[in-house]
Amino acid sequence: MRLELQKRNAPSKRMALLSPVMAIILTLITGAIMFKLLGFDASKALFVYFVEPLLDSWSLQELVVKASPLILIAVGLTICYRSNNWNIGAEGQFTIGAICGSILPIMFPEWQNYAVFPIMLAMGALGGALFAYIPALLKNRFATNEILTSLMLTYVGLLLLDYLVRGPWKDPEGYNFPESRLFHDYALAPSIIEGGRMHIGAIFALVAAIVVFILFIRTLKGFEIKVIGETPRAGNFAGFSQQKMTIFAFLVSGALTGLAGILEVSGPIGQLRPTISPGYGFTAIIVAFLGRLNPIGAVFAGLLLALSYLGGEAAQVDLGVSEKTAKAFQGILLFYVLACDTLINYRIRVIWTKKNAQIKEAA
Amino acid sequence: MEFADALLVSIVTASTPLLLAAIGELIVERSGVLNLGVEGMMIIGAVCSFAASLTSGNPYIGILAGMLGGLLMSLLFAFLTLGLAANQYATGLALSLLGLGLSGMIGEAFVGTPGIKLPTLDIPLLSDIPVIGNAIFNQDILFYIAILLVVGVSWFLFKTRWGLILRAVGENHNSAHALGYNVNRVRLFAVLFGGVCAGLSGSYLSMVYTNLWIENMTAGRGWIALALVVFSSWLPGRAAVGAYLFGSVLILQFHAQGAGWAVPSQLLSALPYIATIIALIFISRNRNVTRVNTPSCLGQAFVPDR
Repeated sequence: MRLELQKRNAPSKRMALLSPVMAIILTLITGAIMFKLLGFDASKALFVYFVEPLLDSWSLQELVVKASPLILIAVGLTICYRSNNWNIGAEGQFTIGAICGSILPIMFPEWQNYAVFPIMLAMGALGGALFAYIPALLKNRFATNEILTSLMLTYVGLLLLDYLVRGPWKDPEGYNFPESRLFHDYALAPSIIEGGRMHIGAIFALVAAIVVFILFIRTLKGFEIKVIGETPRAGNFAGFSQQKMTIFAFLVSGALTGLAGILEVSGPIGQLRPTISPGYGFTAIIVAFLGRLNPIGAVFAGLLLALSYLGGEAAQVDLGVSEKTAKAFQGILLFYVLACDTLINYRIRVIWTKKNAQIKEAA
Repeated sequence: MEFADALLVSIVTASTPLLLAAIGELIVERSGVLNLGVEGMMIIGAVCSFAASLTSGNPYIGILAGMLGGLLMSLLFAFLTLGLAANQYATGLALSLLGLGLSGMIGEAFVGTPGIKLPTLDIPLLSDIPVIGNAIFNQDILFYIAILLVVGVSWFLFKTRWGLILRAVGENHNSAHALGYNVNRVRLFAVLFGGVCAGLSGSYLSMVYTNLWIENMTAGRGWIALALVVFSSWLPGRAAVGAYLFGSVLILQFHAQGAGWAVPSQLLSALPYIATIIALIFISRNRNVTRVNTPSCLGQAFVPDR
């Protein structure tokens, strides 16, 4: 048996909508089989994982809190991936954004007023953008592979954070724990619902998704991204500069990611710690693809992957399933997304070897 | 003398996993496929060999399990990129993410349990050579396999007919197809070979390098191996030289700490990553070096016309 791909005359619009849904269903089926093999009641496990977190307001808020950084990062990544710039260093840009944004509340804690938070956000975005600028610059100047450089820089960023919270930025009154001082009230992200966990980051995520969506469908820049990504040669003839596009994509995506970083530490965490992200920068790659590299799609995909984080925690508490299953689920989901995406451009035909052998005999 | 021996042994230990993974990926890329999932295949190899050697008590079964784990992961990659013509970049990333996730799940039961160490094979007489003898001729089987692979892959690529076909497929898949070669079958074997090598590299990490299972223990080595392939400009001999250079940088941090340098440990830990970036700049800057050997069809899916 073998597979044969037949190119469609035009990409299938129906499949473009169906493929993420198919991928999610296939992931759920795989998940059910996996739980069965691990010796759990599959339907109960899936319920705990994917439905229960949606049933009370606390966890719904938590869902938005976890989805916001994923969406912010993924929206930036859609620009990168559409224009063929493979930025996979979002985790590092997230960390650097968090560090740069935290300079004010950690180094100048006595400076407390309403200007602090906006400045923190600006510094976080700037930090993320500058950190993302490095692989872009190296790609343009030296033709280095941006995949490798952006990933290597992620490790550098994570180690820098580790150094800061264990060294110069360690809380002097923190009983020697590797944590920075707690942010003062002016440096904390305002919450949307009084006393709730949901903070202003959700609004940023939504606005970013809408703005980038409009950028894609209504502006020349959006057209440029599309042309350069799909046919770089045509882009050259049209006078679009690939180099400038690389810089643009990395700067925007770095800024959004850095913003997500500072929002995360000023929101749910409230201080700097050695680990500030459960792999948001990498999971956002899955979000971007599941959302079909569309910013609005990324909003839904972000919510779904945030659900997998919550479900992982819930399953650990309720069933004793390791929360590491969440990461495995996320990986499996991305595989199915990529596999189902083939259906957009190709028809798949299964050809049985027997028939093939007959053809050979006949020939 | 003892210091020189310890230094050499530690360099060899740090370099071998890089070399194993890089030599596999080199063949994959020569066939025109870019598999960014080395990190994922490596860590699955690591957890499989750790688990299998611990439960069976036999380190060689561990090696087989590591190879099998890497093979299965690469099969998944091959199914998507060759069978379904999926984007190789994205699929490779997916393989890395899946590998890290799955290995964390599989390995959870083994955290904190000491594993089984791969025994060293002492080659008589040669291992008594001063300074280098112990470091080179008193090693485990994976080290010898790595060296044999460098020689074997070199010979295969440049001295055999099949090596020529493999390179042709990577250089121009349309021409190779027109000549009657089954492009995707050649690539399938290349990808599987890469998976086995990455699995071996993982075995080395969990059975020689640390002898423990630690989550995310590959710590970017798969990515460094990918960088090594670029650094080597797709030549096996240079990949070996590169691996030992990188291994030396990796090991520098431990010796610097031992020597009591007053540098933050995090800076030393960041050195291998920074060194990788600098090496990439150095090699990519000179386009004449890279252009000659870069497989022209690298990263492009091949779907035969019908």
